[in-house]
Amino acid sequence: MKMDEQTKVGLQNKKEDVCPSKRDKLDLDSLRAQINEANNSDKAGPEYWRSLEELAGSPAFQEALHREFPKGASEWVDSFSRRGFLKVMGASMALAGMTGCVRLPLEPIVPYVRQPEDVIPGRPTFYATAMTLGGYASPLLVESHLGRPTKIEGNDKHPASLGGTDIFAQAHVLGLYDPDRSQSVTSMGDQRSWQSFLTAIRGPLSAQKALQGAGIRILTPTISSPTLADQLRNFLKIYPQAKWHVYEPVNRDNVLEGAKLAFGQPVETRYDFEKADVIVSLDADFLYAGYPGNVRYIRDFAKRRNPDGNMNRLYVIESTPTTTGAKADHRWPVKASDLANLVAHLTAGGHPLRELGSQNTGLPESVHRFMVAVQEGLGQIGNHLGTSVVIPGDHQPSIVHYAAHILNEVYGNVGRTIFYTDPVDANPVNQIESIKDLVGDIHAGKVDLLIILGGNPAYDAPTDLDFANVLKNGKVPLRVHHGLYQNETAELCQWHINQAHELEAWGDARAFDGTVSIIQPLIAPLYSGKSAVEFVALLSGQADATGYDLTRAYWQKRHTGADFEQFWRKSLHDGWIEGTTYATKSLSAKPSAFASETKPADANAIELNFRGDPTAYDGQFSNNGWLQELPKPMTKLTWDNAILIGPKMAERLQTKTEDVVELELNGNKVTGPVWIQAGHPDNSVTVTLGYGRKRAGRVGTAQGFDAYALRTSAAPWIATGLQIRKTGETYKLASTQGMQSMDTPDGGHRPLVRETTLEEYRKEPAFAKEEEPAPGLTLYKPYPYKEEDYAWGMAIDLNSCVGCNNCMLACQSENNIAVVGKEQAVIGRHMHWIRVDAYYQGDRDNPKAFFQPVPCMQCENAPCEVVCPVGATNHSSEGLNDMVYNRCVGTRYCSNNCPYKVRRFNFFLFQDWETPQYKMMRNPDVSVRSRGVMEKCTYCVQRINEHKIDADTPSVREGKQIKVGDELQTACQQSCPAGAIIFGNLNDPESRVSKLKAQARNYSLLGELNTRPRTTYLAEVSNPNPELKG
Amino acid sequence: MPQIFHRSTNTLSRATIFGAVFVIAALSWVAMEIQRSPYVTYAGVRKPQPVPFSHQHHVSGLGIDCRYCHTSVEVSSFAGIPPTKTCMNCHSQIWTNAELLEPVRSSYRTGESLQWTRVNQLPDFVFFNHSIHINKGVGCNTCHGPVDQMPLMYQQESLQMEWCLSCHRAPEKNLRPRDQVFNMQYQQPTSANPVVVDAQSFTDQIDLGSFLVKKYNVRSVKDITSCSTCHR
Repeated sequence: MKMDEQTKVGLQNKKEDVCPSKRDKLDLDSLRAQINEANNSDKAGPEYWRSLEELAGSPAFQEALHREFPKGASEWVDSFSRRGFLKVMGASMALAGMTGCVRLPLEPIVPYVRQPEDVIPGRPTFYATAMTLGGYASPLLVESHLGRPTKIEGNDKHPASLGGTDIFAQAHVLGLYDPDRSQSVTSMGDQRSWQSFLTAIRGPLSAQKALQGAGIRILTPTISSPTLADQLRNFLKIYPQAKWHVYEPVNRDNVLEGAKLAFGQPVETRYDFEKADVIVSLDADFLYAGYPGNVRYIRDFAKRRNPDGNMNRLYVIESTPTTTGAKADHRWPVKASDLANLVAHLTAGGHPLRELGSQNTGLPESVHRFMVAVQEGLGQIGNHLGTSVVIPGDHQPSIVHYAAHILNEVYGNVGRTIFYTDPVDANPVNQIESIKDLVGDIHAGKVDLLIILGGNPAYDAPTDLDFANVLKNGKVPLRVHHGLYQNETAELCQWHINQAHELEAWGDARAFDGTVSIIQPLIAPLYSGKSAVEFVALLSGQADATGYDLTRAYWQKRHTGADFEQFWRKSLHDGWIEGTTYATKSLSAKPSAFASETKPADANAIELNFRGDPTAYDGQFSNNGWLQELPKPMTKLTWDNAILIGPKMAERLQTKTEDVVELELNGNKVTGPVWIQAGHPDNSVTVTLGYGRKRAGRVGTAQGFDAYALRTSAAPWIATGLQIRKTGETYKLASTQGMQSMDTPDGGHRPLVRETTLEEYRKEPAFAKEEEPAPGLTLYKPYPYKEEDYAWGMAIDLNSCVGCNNCMLACQSENNIAVVGKEQAVIGRHMHWIRVDAYYQGDRDNPKAFFQPVPCMQCENAPCEVVCPVGATNHSSEGLNDMVYNRCVGTRYCSNNCPYKVRRFNFFLFQDWETPQYKMMRNPDVSVRSRGVMEKCTYCVQRINEHKIDADTPSVREGKQIKVGDELQTACQQSCPAGAIIFGNLNDPESRVSKLKAQARNYSLLGELNTRPRTTYLAEVSNPNPELKG
Repeated sequence: MPQIFHRSTNTLSRATIFGAVFVIAALSWVAMEIQRSPYVTYAGVRKPQPVPFSHQHHVSGLGIDCRYCHTSVEVSSFAGIPPTKTCMNCHSQIWTNAELLEPVRSSYRTGESLQWTRVNQLPDFVFFNHSIHINKGVGCNTCHGPVDQMPLMYQQESLQMEWCLSCHRAPEKNLRPRDQVFNMQYQQPTSANPVVVDAQSFTDQIDLGSFLVKKYNVRSVKDITSCSTCHR
């Protein structure tokens, strides 16, 4: 369906609702009616839309465009009305101006007793360390202010990062300072000391010694740490009958089983997207956080999206809309269970699909054409090119992984674009089977001592195992939980040992390519927690061993040379151990095992897809406010998970977004709100894990619904036979989609996000440019920016941006941005200084999607500045639009006058000024804002100043000349995995940003308003297959 | 019907209306004076300290350089408050039994920091950087006053924005050669007492300052008076 035909109808004359929660939601009947009506008129609708409401021309959306905040957001939402408040407080308001006249309280100043040699107070130090997710290490560089870690960056020297991070790494620092973390050893809920645990565990352990540990079971999440794995193996030597089980809800069982099918052994697959001309993703979301190696993959992928270079082409067949699908040149939505059959066509005996024709494949014509393009993109069989990649998704069954191995081999990719190595997982077992065995043993009464080392199986184990009740019914006499939180599992164990956070502990872990990073602590444990390494050492009888000694001792065993001290210091300094990257293996897939004929699923059966949540992951980040408030990349939902369905299915079910429905699968029921997601396949439902927590902490408890209640060990990712019933209730979701939408003066004919195809781009490279008003056209005296040393500017490459939202969290962490909570997020009061807008284009059942990060544009003719009555926002000589918090009186005129809607107002005291942990977390170089103050992106002016000062300070630069533009990076830029954000000095023609802005596809957002924004965009160019046109 | 108000009311009301202007002006003046007074700014106030440390004795009496204690002043935003160890470098040898120094010794013994009271205090929304001022030729005593004459430390200036700006708007009025920054006896040039930089003799501060603005590449007035120079 072409969008030009879909047209909004005029604004209906509706009674205005005061409360935004009463706003009309999308009504699909009226949507259909409107589209039909539009077909008969010739008014053109928006070509690019942010939400289905906008597509339908819903009056509520139209209104939102013209407003600074959604309706009601600027009202006082307490029971007391704002007007009433003013009446009562009239007298005291007169005194409000006097708040500037307070006397500063006396401030203590506390020096060291003995100052460490390398510490210079006032200057941060950086340490290389790592964090793990699903066992895979992300190499980090952590900024520390006088011993307090405050900001996470990627380790730019490490091949798995190259300076980039993902959202989970950025939020890692908040995890450390989370005041809800478990703060002591507890026994039956009472506080105990570590010593009392030592005494308590001694008896059971020595009793087990006689039984060779037959009653001991250790349950761990995925572990890649060589030290910890070595320790656990030693433990199993002391207790030969004990067993080590592994379970993690978002696991890679299918990857493992697929490798076993193909090679008969567990194998890790590594991809080189820089060398791949064609990438075929079989439901793999490899451009998003959580996928092992995603940070590196994004960088490699983005390098090949330069339209002036050799552009790659991405085909994505996927079962739920993801950012990877959004970046695809061709995306095909399918039900997850249909994918295996579709892939079978690609492998089927190597027959060219084009020759077979659609009548022989039995595929609909459009699918056939798509598959022909995919097959021909992979290369020519016999002529081994090795220029493509087939990448399967972790939740697809092992047969799809197997098929991918076959395809990669047939098309000669192995050793060229994909590489096989040993598995990163130190104990590669089928984790669902592993926990099933454990539960079987518990039921058989074989388990006397269960040690749960991290993880939360009482919450996230498959529902048919009923793990919580297994713990509860007391079949295991002694249960010990070691974890960061007093979570659902800790509650059911007699002993809970508080774990040290990874920023507090020594350890090691492997990155996706096998490279080992030493995890070094940035701070002593805040609550005397014990690391996993220390805990396992205790079990093996080394109660007093420190994590440092244990980690070091392990590596001393591995590196026996006399230069160990040098080796150790270098490994700590660099952030990885040289020579630990896995060598590639040459393997060849067993072709015989491929049973291509899986039975076709019933087309009308509703399928249920489970996915790790884009922000809460498997539930381990539930209590992280930054992640909870971070909009999920496609739905832009915050604080909740939802039941994702496609528009067609919503029409059939007569449901709307925010309708509460009941899902029933094999007798298990769950209720949750519906979210209609454009591009979602029909007859398919996606739910994300990680919500509905009962004991997460003050942030995460009782947010969303618990999808684990439907997840069984037989169908952990894809289940069929789902039933959906409407409950008649509704539930308010806090989505930022459609909030802060920019209004375009000509009604959307000049779109905000501009894109074209490679073919068109080559014909007309400057397609995105448009005539901007001449520089002098302003009432105000122009400032000679060209005469200054620096003129700061930013270029954002939409082609590189993969919409991962990392910039939003990097900014939140760097700039002390507050979390506002769901209640405030619903009414659009979130505080992110940079947002990532998602635009859709085309068919609502399979739209193209685009991402556009929007920070402050730092306009040269800034509309916000001229309306400020108190001069709280002014222009600097270098072109920054400065915000002076202490002058701001909160009139909000500036944000009212900002066409980009990038200003954020502190409606309440959103910052937590009391909790001591948060005080330690904040960046000391940035003011912590209070209530009633406007704030916005500053281009990280604290970093600009620091670099300018250092460049001018001979004693700092030690004779070196620092060129400010080269090293200075804003927070969003520094950890962007795609390298999509480039900041620098526009007055230096040699700077990267100047060169980018000189490119033909550079354009300004709303440039016709003569705001002369310093932030500009490089338009998106896709590389579609000409054969699939139309 | 008799008059309600006496005739004098006319005069009285005129006087009141006229007088109100003066009353408001006076009140405003009082408010301004309070705002600039040492009560609010702490200028000249000796704040309570755990040890009555005398800069006068240590600087002019013993001739210890500023940077012996304030080690990071040239490279960091923060000048640095000496760790207890720095005090004990000498005081483990001299005045080892002095009653006054007991808090210092006790800190060194127990590992517990001394808790000083910050003397030169700025509000939290102001970000001052020592290193850049030192490196551009602003002397210590230009802002901190005659520290070598202070038996008990106090804040010399108001540290209010108007005071900061008075120099940021005309930096040439205060700059001195870099090698004179830590010299507490430094005098601005006069014809009797010229200052020599790069073999050039200056007899006037404005000449010297303007020369140094160029030599040290002090940024433009527009730049150093931009809001984000200090507020961020």
